[in-house]
Parts: sequence; C-alpha cells; structure tokens
Amino acid sequence: MMHNESITEQLHALKIGKYSSKELTENYLYRIKKLKDLNCYISVLEESALRAATDADQARAKGKAGLLSGIPIAHKDIFCTKNVSTTAGSKMLHNYIAPFDATVVAKIAAAGAVTIGKTNMDEFAMGSSNETSYFGPVKNPWDTSRVPGGSSGGSAAAVAAGLCSAATGTDTGGSIRQPAAHCGITGLKPTYGRISRWGMIAFASSLDQAGPMTRTAEDAALMLALMAGNDPKDSTCIGDDVPTYLEYLNSSLDGSCIGICEDFFTDGLEAKSEQVIQEAIKIFEHLGAKIKSIKLPHIRYSVPAYYVIAPAEASTNLSRYDGVRFGHRCKDPENLNDLFKRSRSEGFGNEVKRRIMVGAFTLSAGYYDAYYRQAQQIRRLIKNDFQQAFKEVDFLIGPTAPQTAFQLGEKTDSQIEMYLQDIYTIAGNLAGLPAMSIPVGFSSKLPVGLQLIGNYLQEGTILSAAHQYQKRTDWHKCVPVLAINKVQP
Amino acid sequence: MNWEAIIGLEIHVQLHTNSKIFSGASTAFGAEPNTQASAVDLGLPGVLPVVNEAVYPKAVAFGLSIGADISRLSVFDRKNYFYPDLPKGYQITQMDKPIVLGGSVQISLDGGTLKEIRITRAHLEEDAGKSLHDEFPSNTGIDLNRAGIPLLEIVSEPDMRTAKEAVAYARYIHQLVTYLGVSDGNMSEGSLRCDANVSIRPMGGTKMGTRTETKNVNSFKFLENAINFEITRQRDVLESGGHIIQETRLYDPDRDETRSMRSKETAMDYRYFPEPDLLPIAIDDEYILDIKSKMPELPREKSERFESDYEISKADADILVSDPAIADYFEAVTKICSDGKLVANWVRVELLGKINKDSIENKAIPVSAEELGKLLNRIKDQTISGKIAKDILNILWSSPMVNVDDYINENELKQVSNTSSLEPLIEEVLKQNPKQVEQFRQGKTKVVGYFVGQIMEKTSGKANPQQVNQLVLKKLT
Repeated sequence: MMHNESITEQLHALKIGKYSSKELTENYLYRIKKLKDLNCYISVLEESALRAATDADQARAKGKAGLLSGIPIAHKDIFCTKNVSTTAGSKMLHNYIAPFDATVVAKIAAAGAVTIGKTNMDEFAMGSSNETSYFGPVKNPWDTSRVPGGSSGGSAAAVAAGLCSAATGTDTGGSIRQPAAHCGITGLKPTYGRISRWGMIAFASSLDQAGPMTRTAEDAALMLALMAGNDPKDSTCIGDDVPTYLEYLNSSLDGSCIGICEDFFTDGLEAKSEQVIQEAIKIFEHLGAKIKSIKLPHIRYSVPAYYVIAPAEASTNLSRYDGVRFGHRCKDPENLNDLFKRSRSEGFGNEVKRRIMVGAFTLSAGYYDAYYRQAQQIRRLIKNDFQQAFKEVDFLIGPTAPQTAFQLGEKTDSQIEMYLQDIYTIAGNLAGLPAMSIPVGFSSKLPVGLQLIGNYLQEGTILSAAHQYQKRTDWHKCVPVLAINKVQP
Repeated sequence: MNWEAIIGLEIHVQLHTNSKIFSGASTAFGAEPNTQASAVDLGLPGVLPVVNEAVYPKAVAFGLSIGADISRLSVFDRKNYFYPDLPKGYQITQMDKPIVLGGSVQISLDGGTLKEIRITRAHLEEDAGKSLHDEFPSNTGIDLNRAGIPLLEIVSEPDMRTAKEAVAYARYIHQLVTYLGVSDGNMSEGSLRCDANVSIRPMGGTKMGTRTETKNVNSFKFLENAINFEITRQRDVLESGGHIIQETRLYDPDRDETRSMRSKETAMDYRYFPEPDLLPIAIDDEYILDIKSKMPELPREKSERFESDYEISKADADILVSDPAIADYFEAVTKICSDGKLVANWVRVELLGKINKDSIENKAIPVSAEELGKLLNRIKDQTISGKIAKDILNILWSSPMVNVDDYINENELKQVSNTSSLEPLIEEVLKQNPKQVEQFRQGKTKVVGYFVGQIMEKTSGKANPQQVNQLVLKKLT
C-alpha cells in the first residue's frame, strides 16, 4: 500500500509512473480525514497540497523533479509556514499566521516536497506525551488509549498511521526520539546546530534541534541531507559541509565498536523493553560490531541539569508572548500589567506556566549560581564524559525510553514521572550530540525503540548502523492495524 | 553644612551603522513608525538575532581611544523585563563580559586644569522601541523603528563632583565618538543619551551617600539642570532630616525637575543570563592592531598640533577641534589663506556665530572653505576691509555660488587707498566739523576716530581705515 511505503519506494513509484503525486497526496488526505480521531494534525493544507502535488507531477513529466518531488511531508506546528497557521500547540498562538517560512520548511519545499499539514504537538514542545497540546492529545496508532509520546507526537503518529510520507520534528530533550520509539518509527535528532533553527519557535535555544521522522534510516538520511547546512540567519548553525549521508549507509559494521552504558539499564527500565534491547544488541554483534561497556559518570545528573537549563531558557524565550503585537490578547485589559498578566495566564497552559516559573526562579538574583551556573557546569561534565567514551567506541546504543507508550492521562498528575520519560534522551541534547531512535521489537504489542548516539557531526555513522540493522530486520516495516485497514478513497 | 556631590554617568551612544545590531532593518532616522522594523525587531516567533559585525570595530576603536582593555572574548546576555516597546521581553546586552573594560579620559575644567575621569566599562546592546503616549487618546502607540538600533553604553566611575564636570565629561565623550566615526553624534535624534547617578555627602566625607539614577537625559543643558536639581533636592531632603531613597528618576525638561519612576523596593530583577542564540564575540590582537592603524587623530592631539602649526591660542584650538567637521573646515581654509590666526578668528567668531544663529549642522556649512580662504586673502592684501568682508560672508552664506573676487569687482568694493581721492574728502569733513577740530587741538585725540568714521561712511566702507587715520592725523597736525 502506497501510504506505508518509504520515501525511497515512493520516489521510485513516482519515477516509473506507478502512481502520481496527486494520487499519493489524495490518498493521504483521505486517510487523514478517516483517521482524524487520532488528532495528528492541527491544520491540514488540502488545497495547497493538491496544487503542489499537481505541480510536482508536471515538473516530473518535464524531467525537472527535485530530490523530494511530490512526496507529502508534514511539519510539526512549531515550524513557521508562510501565510499558514503556526500555533506551537498553544492557545497563545491559536490565531497566529506566520509571515515567513522556517529554513527547514523552505528547504524541503525547494526539493519539491508537498507540505500536507501541520502536526499536533505538546504546547511549545513542553511535554513527553502530547497531552499538553491546546488542540487535545494525539492518540497512539498502535493503541488509541495510549499516548504517542511527545512533544513531536503528532508527527510520529502521522508517520506510523500512514498519514504522510515523513514528518519533521524538534527535539529539546527527546521530543523526536521518544515519540518515534513509542510509535515504532525512525527519528533522528542531529548534532546541535546541524540544522538551522530559523523559523523554529524556540523552547530552549541551546538544546532545540530539528530533525526528520521517517519510516527508515535511509529516508532519514535523505531528509537530513536536505534539511542540514549553514544558514546565515542562525548564528549557532554549523557551517561544515553536509556529507552525502546516503553514501554512508552501506558502510559495514565489521570491526566497529559500540558502547553500552550501564546507567542506561537501571531499575527504571521496563523488563520486557530491556529484553528487546538486549536482542537488538545481539544483532549488532552479528553484524560484526564489538560491544564495549563504557562509563558516563555524570549522566545521572542529566535530568536535574536539563530541568534547570531548559526552563530557564524557555522562561525568557516565551516572554515575547505578551499580547501586545500578536497572539492571544485578553479582552478589555484595564491597564498594561493586566494586559500582560491576563493574556499570558489565559494563553499558556499549565505545563508551560510551570516551566516559565521554574525558569524565572532559577535565573533570579541569588539563585543563579546555585541553579543555572551549576547546571551548566554539569552540562560540561556530561559533554566531557561522552568525549572520553568516543575515544574508545564509535557510537553508543541503549534504550530510547524507560517504557513503552503509556495510557492517556496516566502520568498527567505526576510531573516527575513524566520528566523521567526523557531520562535516556536528555544527555544527547545537553552534549549536543546526534542521536536517533529506531524500532527494534515489541513489548506487549507496543513498539520499543533503540537509541543510537554518535559523536559530533557523525550522523553518517549512526544512520549507517541503523540502516545495516534495518537491512537485517523487519521491525521498521511493522505498521499498526489501522495503517493496513482498507481506508482508501 | 557644605555638601559634595558624587556623580557617575552612563552614556548610551548610538553607533553609526546602516542596519540594526541584530537585523538587516535600516537605522535611518525619521521614517514612518514601524516601517523599519523587521520580523527580528518585532520579536516574532521563530526569529533569531545575528550580530551586525559593523559594531565591533566601533566598540574597539572607542576602547582604544580611552586606553581600555579590549576583551578577547565578550558575551551577549539577555536582560529580562516586560515592556510594550521591548518586543522580545528581553534586551540583548552585555553584562558579565563587556567588550571594553577600564580606561579613562581627561576633561578640561574652568581655568584650564585637567581632571581624569575613569571609565568602568563600555558594552554593546540593542535599543528598545518607543512608546507614543500623546498621539492616541486613551491608547499607547508603539514604534519599533528604534528597536534594535546598536548602542554602546559607556559607564563611568563616580569621579565627577559637579554638574559642570559631568557636562564636560559628556561633551568630551560626544566629541570622541564623533571623531572616531563611532556615532554621528546627533543629539537631537537621540544619538547620545545620559543616565546620571547622583549622591551627596558632607564635604570631605569618605562614605558614599544613597544615590539616585536620573534616566534618559538627551541634551547637555538638561544634564546640567537635572544634576543640579537632584543635588539641591537631595540636600533639602537631608538637611530637613529625611533620607534619600535609592530610586530611578526621570528628568522633565518642561518643568525642569526630576520625578521618581520607581524605587529600589519595586526594582526589577533582570534575570541576566548568556544569550544562547549568539556565540561569544572573539577578537584577536591582529584585529585590534588593524583598527589601531586606522584610528583618526583624536581631539587632544589635533588641538596641540593646531596650536603649534598655526600659531593660534590653546583656547582657539580647543574650540576649533570641538567638532571634527569644523576642524577639517579650518584646515581646508588655511590651505588657501595661510594666516592661521586670521582664519581661526573668522571660523571661531563669524562662522560658528552664524552656525549657532541658524542652528545648522556643522557638516552643512554653506560657504566653501576655498571661498572663505579667498575672502580672507583679500583682507590680508588690503583689497577689502574687514567690514566689507563680513558683508560678503553674509552674501556667500545665502548664495553659496558667488565667487568672492568677481563679487568684489562687480560691486566695486575695493578699498580706496588713493591719497589724492581721499584728501579732498578729509578736508571737507574737517571743514564741516570745526567743533571737533577744536577739541582735537585741545588734546582730545580720541575724536580722530569720529573723523575716520565719517570718512568711512562717505566711502561706503571702502576706504582703508588705517590709511584714513594717518591722513587725518597729518591734516590736523
């Protein structure tokens, strides 16, 4: 079925005329309507998508197809899209129309892709279950009583349910990898700065990074090559040339060395998930890799350090939402302070408010040294730990999340439990390293994700390892029942 | 009791760049509200700042000119507070690691003595927008054209003791940044704004009093008034047994007073932290040497050179170098008329007088240096009198296209130096004024001036007054 094919397969089908981009797009649009209860999308761009698909078909007929010509891609609603609603999952921006395209959006469009819609997400990317969205939670296509993970939950669920070819996501503490794991897809968070942040609504500037969410590692390599690269509009963007990731994919794992960190296999890890991960590790051994146990002594401080740094940056990044120039404004403000207070009180949800308050506190006079400065020092130690590890191993593997997708509402009352969902992914953001999640099996019919963490700018290394694994296994080809149900136009 | 004031200034200098510090929007003054505000200046979701590298050499040149340390690594920070004309809810500035550290300047006090004013630091930051309270009844308008204009904030040590010293320091900084091309120095467009920190203590005391900060004073006159008002206010409070509250005050030029804006108790915690959207600014020795090699001559050096090269007084030289445009003009005139004293006198008295009277920009002097030089040469070679020269300068001022020599010829303004044509006139005047002639005979030699005046009037100023003087004396004795 065309909607479950990888981008690579779809591009081949378009090339040989098996189906057109218009047919592919119509198919996805139909499925989106049929499966709208999953709540994957905040906006569906039916009209412009069909127009773009027709244009792509014509371009292809003229021999002018781009690298992604005619492929329907969904963008997380955190990416600004010109003249299109861009909400960041918040009431604050429910009426906001962006006047420009994010660099990521522009680059993917320039490659000929069809922008099919904007996906649901935790409000301002703050959440691990997609339940903080103003537009309601997304449901996990594998079990609709469960969460898809977050914050890029809409993107992950849309890919898994066959509602787009691939999607973009952002990852500040695991927001691409954890939902990818929970939805059984491939998700890559590149090196910090590898992809421009221009037009990506900021949560925590020093941690935020965009990345692709796809069915296969090969698709992720294709997408990354398009998304990555220098951008004069983002000072923190890395200028290094973008490698041809697809060429990396077939490098053998023979003689490579993979690190396993024991801190990733602690009590918090669900037993069945651990079993699935251990089996995956064996496959990597079969593929010729040596496994080496390594130590990351400071990694246990990741979560506390992260929950100081990320809210601190968020508290000031979100100051611009004041009801003055755009976004939600309270009715009939009495005075300036009333305008600020009520617009923000009404516009932000509880989790966002909680993080703004925590962040404002940790940055305040008298607390800065104890919290923010301390957390930055821990961050440096964690970076150093990884650099030590990469002297001995090529990349690290471990679980992406401590458990599989949990029930909707299960953890909404316990912030600590929710925050611990990112326990294995956060270190990658603090250190700025490339990391990805691939599906490696199931625990009680729910997908389990394996995380691969590479050294700076070594996306090629982990993509190729993931691709080698996917050539040997079929886990990435498993789709939820509702993705094979005959919902056809 | 005698009191002593302790004054420190924070001077915000607008850097002279074409585009803003973190966006590509224009910095030109006077555009329609919000027409020079890009997505970055508006703080729209998803935007990122990128530093306009044109600000670095300006900050470094200023630092070098005051003998400061240039930070090899300086860092931008966010200063967080809510205000409608602060679009992002934070200002990007430099807190812990400013680009310029230390340094000092020498200011001239009355009587010619010099005083050193130490400078704590100077850092780069962006300006905020403007709130327009008067234009819209019951609403406030926001103009973000100014949001993101690059500023260099120069912070002094509390080294000044009087309002006059503070003004002398502010004027010196103004002169320096104008010379360096760091700023256009246009005060009326807000290119230089001062915050004054003022406290007082009993004369000879060592403990600092509680200070107040008077914000946003944008002229030297207002600065002097604001500080003097504040000194008097604080003295009155203390002498009547009260105590000074540490607070931020605003100077109101219309009422010539300062008013409390907010007290320390309600003062905000700005929650400074390093701006994660920008990398630290790295500056190496090579960069600094390059800027050093391109530094223009500074006012004090220039003044000393003028004194020796043109043999003019220190007072004249100081006035001429007060503005680089005037100094350049002076030197251009001396290329035509080599009498430095004469040129200095004319530029200082006549030209600056006219500039002040018409309140035009120093850069926009309508008379070319060449024509003024020619005009002064005609005085020197006695072709025309000083009085006629002043008349011609007035003509040149309003009709810059006039050629001095042609004008003198066409209007027959040459001095009458011919003895034979002057003598009958003198005899006539003496004959008409027998009373004055008698006075002279009785020893009142001052009446000669009266006769000369009469002759000058009869010749419409064209006679050479010295020659007339001599001839009159000859006739009378």
